[in-house]
Amino acid sequence: MAKKSMGPVRREFSPWESPDHPPFIEFRNVSKMFGDFTAVNNLSLKIYEKEFFALLGGSGCGKTTLMRMLAGFETPTSGQIFLDGQDLAGIPPYRRPSNMMFQSYALFPHMNVEKNIAFGLKQDNMPAQEIEARVAEMLRLTKLEQFAKRKPHQLSGGQRQRVALARSLAKRPKVLLLDEPLGALDRKLREETQFELMALQEDLKMTFLIVTHDQEEAMTVADRIAVMDKGELVQVATPAEIYEAPNSKYVADFIGDINLIEARVAEKAGSLTKLVSVVDGFAIECDQETEANVGDTVWFAIRPEKVRIAHGEAEPGAVNRIGGIVWDIAYLGDVSIIHAKVGEDDHDTIRATFANISRMVENPINWDDKVVLTFDRDAGVILTR
Amino acid sequence: MTRGPTWFNITSLVVGFSFLYLPIVLLVIYSFNESRLVTVWGGFSTKWYASLLQNDQLLDAAWVTLRVAFTSATIATVLGTLAALVLVRSGRFIGRSLFSGMIFAPLVMPEVILGLSLLLLFVAMDTARGFWTVMLAHTTFAMCYVAVVVQSRLVGFDKSVEEAAEDLGCPPVKTFFLITLPIILPGVIAGWMLAFTLSLDDLVIASFTTGPGATTLPMKIYSQVRLGVTPEINAVCTILVGLVTIGVIAASLVTKRQQIQRERDERAAFGADN
Repeated sequence: MAKKSMGPVRREFSPWESPDHPPFIEFRNVSKMFGDFTAVNNLSLKIYEKEFFALLGGSGCGKTTLMRMLAGFETPTSGQIFLDGQDLAGIPPYRRPSNMMFQSYALFPHMNVEKNIAFGLKQDNMPAQEIEARVAEMLRLTKLEQFAKRKPHQLSGGQRQRVALARSLAKRPKVLLLDEPLGALDRKLREETQFELMALQEDLKMTFLIVTHDQEEAMTVADRIAVMDKGELVQVATPAEIYEAPNSKYVADFIGDINLIEARVAEKAGSLTKLVSVVDGFAIECDQETEANVGDTVWFAIRPEKVRIAHGEAEPGAVNRIGGIVWDIAYLGDVSIIHAKVGEDDHDTIRATFANISRMVENPINWDDKVVLTFDRDAGVILTR
Repeated sequence: MTRGPTWFNITSLVVGFSFLYLPIVLLVIYSFNESRLVTVWGGFSTKWYASLLQNDQLLDAAWVTLRVAFTSATIATVLGTLAALVLVRSGRFIGRSLFSGMIFAPLVMPEVILGLSLLLLFVAMDTARGFWTVMLAHTTFAMCYVAVVVQSRLVGFDKSVEEAAEDLGCPPVKTFFLITLPIILPGVIAGWMLAFTLSLDDLVIASFTTGPGATTLPMKIYSQVRLGVTPEINAVCTILVGLVTIGVIAASLVTKRQQIQRERDERAAFGADN
């Protein structure tokens, strides 16, 4: 049997796995207070060269503050930030080797596209010829050649976004900081742009740090994601690990859809843990060691697409087989999400995804049908916090 | 609602506009009066405009007024813009609302009081009164108007534009001149023009703070009128009215054209997206 792995690997790139690899950006015990409010709380994080790193979290979780401290617009209350081995303390934004793409794009309204892109290069006193060449290259890279002489208000939202990107890339910064860069674009354009960003990052071999509240965006573009909550890192891992092996209820719930079942640890047998659901008493076996003791209450988390659903009934005492009644069906076209009632209470349901692989079905699962939900021993995870 | 103008509307319009413009129209008409007597029509003539050019006293006064207006408007614009920047930008500090209230106070303060207090100050400082004192006095009150005008322009200013400039390697002071100032320039120019016109037609504060050799045009007109209105004065006033009218029309035309251009550009951008 081939070794199982967690999701696809975009590229052979995992410097975070070797402890000796020097970090490119390092936050060391960084805290930031705004009055009484703690925006970032004693946070340490290492980001590596050429990595595409995402800071993910809801509004007010401190992700933007963290990025603004790296750019120099906020000063940490305590702690240190290093970039390429250099302590950034006391260095003003205009001397930092990072560039930022702003959420509002922040284009200079009185300059045309060309001048916007050339602005940063002029500050470095680059010779005019080189500036011209670099601007032309940026215009080509972002497909803006025919808009070079336009002013920002003469551009559409997508074009403005590309100007902002070109301007922040023009100086070839050591790190590109992207603050919710695609928030203002419509869905289709956003997806296209995500892939363009990934291609750009590979081509330019630069380190990208993106701040976003959109989990799909983070999972699409990033090598690693840091999930933040209340100024702290909850989990830092690859997109597949974050999705398949969340380390807490917060991460499990924040990323994608998940069933959280309260369960008691019944038996620990090496790498196998046996659980019993607290509310309905069904038995769960899971291929995962847990630090919880026998008798402790934990959470069993399982994604809807990992639950199989079929007509039938579950025999009493069966393992990883739960009987239920179809309570609700959300037909989404590609898949249907079936809410199966597994207990007495109407809200005591487990969600299972059903892929609609045929257009015509002989005996479709319908409302109030008796169904059986099954899943593999490695389909779910045990969460203790 | 497609109603034509009613009699009531037409009457209100006529009465309202006559109330506003009849005196000015009369003044303009009488400036072309042949007769020396201001209230008696003696036929059309432009001779008072010609004699105006010979009247050194009036020309001197006009020159003083322009110099005062230009200098005070310029200084007031610099100071007022700085005040507006501080009030909008510096967040909360102790006494912020007191300061922003105080910047408005001279707008509602009676001019007589303002003039008198400035006079007392200049006397106490033992300053020779003349061009400089008038200029300083005008700067003082025009600055408040500039601050108010520029403040309104700054409120809608996206601060991340400045951050973007700094992020791209531009130090703060340079950022102000390369980015902030060009963006708020319409507000600054409007403030300058307001300060200029305020200084141009101020009589009360100027008469309190002036000294020998620095008579402004409004003061000159006022003192001559007390000796009897001459058609020459009418001619001066007509020229002033003409200048102001041209200025206002030009400014509104420019604004209108910019707006139309902008709308056209935005439509073009919207179309180009697909």
